[in-house]
Amino acid sequence: MRDIHEHSAGEDLVIKTSVRLLVPFIQLFGLYVIVHGHYSPGGGFQGGVILGASFILLALAYDLKTSQDYMPIWANALLGNLGPVIYIGVGALCAIFGGLFLDYSALDVLIPLGPVEWRSFGIFLVEVGVGLAVMSIMLLLYWNLSSGGALDEGL
Amino acid sequence: MKALALLATLVTGALLLYGTRDFPAWGDPQAPASAYLSPVYIEKAVEQTHVPNIVTAVLGDYRGYDTMFETVVIYCAGMAVVSVLRRNREE
Repeated sequence: MRDIHEHSAGEDLVIKTSVRLLVPFIQLFGLYVIVHGHYSPGGGFQGGVILGASFILLALAYDLKTSQDYMPIWANALLGNLGPVIYIGVGALCAIFGGLFLDYSALDVLIPLGPVEWRSFGIFLVEVGVGLAVMSIMLLLYWNLSSGGALDEGL
Repeated sequence: MKALALLATLVTGALLLYGTRDFPAWGDPQAPASAYLSPVYIEKAVEQTHVPNIVTAVLGDYRGYDTMFETVVIYCAGMAVVSVLRRNREE
C-alpha cells in the first residue's frame, strides 16, 4: 500500500503529458490577455492570474520542485516585487518629469510619442507591472499554503 | 463577548443598509455618476487615451491611483502569507 505522501503519489502519464503540452499555450494565452487588454476584455489582473495558474498546474500535476525548476523561488520573489515597483515607478517618473503622479502624458519628455500615445503606452506599462505582481503572488500563495510554508512538497 | 460582537455586526449592518436609502435608484439617469462622469468617459476615453477598450482606459488611466493600490493590496496579501507560513525545514 502506497503512502499518500510518497513522491510518486498521484503521478499519471496522461495528466503529466497533457499538462506538459498545455502549459506553453496557457502561458502564451496569459501574455496575450495582458498585451491585448487595450482592445479586448483582459489586462494585467486577468493575464497575471492565467500565467500564475499555468505554474500552479505544473505544481499540481508534477510537484512543487518541478514548478520551481521553471520558476525558481528567487525569480518569483523578484518578479513579485518588480510588479509594484514598475507600477509606482512609472507613476513617480511622471511626477519627476513635470506631470502629476500617474499622468502618463508627462513622459512625452523622455520619448516623444505624443501625449495621447503616451497615455495609451503608460497604461500598457502599468498593466505589465500588475500582471507580474499577480502572477507571482498567486504562485507564492499556492506554494506556501499547499506545503505549510516549507515549499518542498505540496498536495 | 460573542453576543456583543453579533450585536455590533448587526447594528453596523443595519446602519449601512439605512445609508443605502439615500442612494440614487438603480440605473437612474439623473444620478450624479450618470449625469456627469460616465458620459465624459464614454465620449472622451478613446480620444484622450487611444484605448478602444473603455474599461482598460478607466482602470489604467482615469482610476490609475485605485488600481495601484489594488496591486499593493495583492502584494500585501502575499507578504502576509509569507510572513505567517514561510519556514526553512533545515533550521
